[in-house]
Amino acid sequence: MTQVAEEIDREADAEAVVKKFMFVNRKAPHGTIYALEGLEVVLISAAFDQDVSLAFLDDGVYQLLKGQETKALQVKNFSPTYRALEGYDVEKLYVERESLEARGIKEEQLLVPVQVVSAKEMTELMEAQDVIVGF
Amino acid sequence: MKIGLLINEGPYNHQAADSAWHFARAALAKGHQIQRVFFYNDGVNNATKLTEPPQDDRNIVNRWSKLAEEHGTDLVVCVAAGLRRGLVEDNLAPGFRISGLGQLVEAGIESDRLVVFGD
Amino acid sequence: MLHIVNKSPYERNSLTSCLAHARKGAAVLLIEDAVYAATKGNAAEGPVVRAMQELPVYALGPDLEARGLRANVIDGVKVVDYSGFVDLVAEHRMSQSWL
Repeated sequence: MTQVAEEIDREADAEAVVKKFMFVNRKAPHGTIYALEGLEVVLISAAFDQDVSLAFLDDGVYQLLKGQETKALQVKNFSPTYRALEGYDVEKLYVERESLEARGIKEEQLLVPVQVVSAKEMTELMEAQDVIVGF
Repeated sequence: MKIGLLINEGPYNHQAADSAWHFARAALAKGHQIQRVFFYNDGVNNATKLTEPPQDDRNIVNRWSKLAEEHGTDLVVCVAAGLRRGLVEDNLAPGFRISGLGQLVEAGIESDRLVVFGD
Repeated sequence: MLHIVNKSPYERNSLTSCLAHARKGAAVLLIEDAVYAATKGNAAEGPVVRAMQELPVYALGPDLEARGLRANVIDGVKVVDYSGFVDLVAEHRMSQSWL
């Protein structure tokens, strides 16, 4: 995480402005890089003291599934990083109920505590943001 | 208005780079400011100086370089995404610079609008 | 909020997902392959027409033309060019791209 260290140096120059950033995750992990590289943006944003929340809907909910074992694929297992988010003061993780149900996933199968919300509630959460970044 | 752009896909494979470029030009023509164009994921491939598309097709990389030259547009390639994909200083096209992901977050903070183009 | 969708409704669920999160006051802009959803007689016509009861739906003209669709746009879908795209971005407090 050397990028984070660099960015912490920039904090001194960073704006006093605090915006509500929502990072929207709609893609499954491993099949594409968007989950991993999306997470890297979230970690950097923490260094800028912004009001950060993460939304998981559609296949994005798969990113939070417990028990991901990547040894046979020989790819980085970045799922533990979701547990580290709390240490970066990123604690608002919203997961869409309809997306979980469609995929037969129960909340206890997720590897971090989250707030399960309906699509309607997610809509309101999204509308309340200042910046939305999806990958 | 200050508008930031995030481009997540490389040239030609996806329409993202084209859509973003047309959007940027239209925004500039209307008197808006493009605060930054940030290239992430495969979007870093928009910055390769080694591109040589067929003569009868558009040169996407050159389009970006020209935008930087004519309007001073800040074209930023993510260092980590670039390293992953072999986009480094040595093969960077004119007008681009390599920097950290913080530049994307900063674009979100400093711009009035952030528009994402991707797959 | 300006919702931007860029994929065909037959390739991805992005349009469906978008419409499930687009409320009154928002707008939907179809660009790139998503403009196929704006054509008369396609299976997404129903959802698009229903959405238009609550909010405006736009389609990017150059993308329609490139795909040979310009003459077949669903009534009520507003065709805009890149300049109109910029205006939509400026008009709405923020945009969300459903990729």
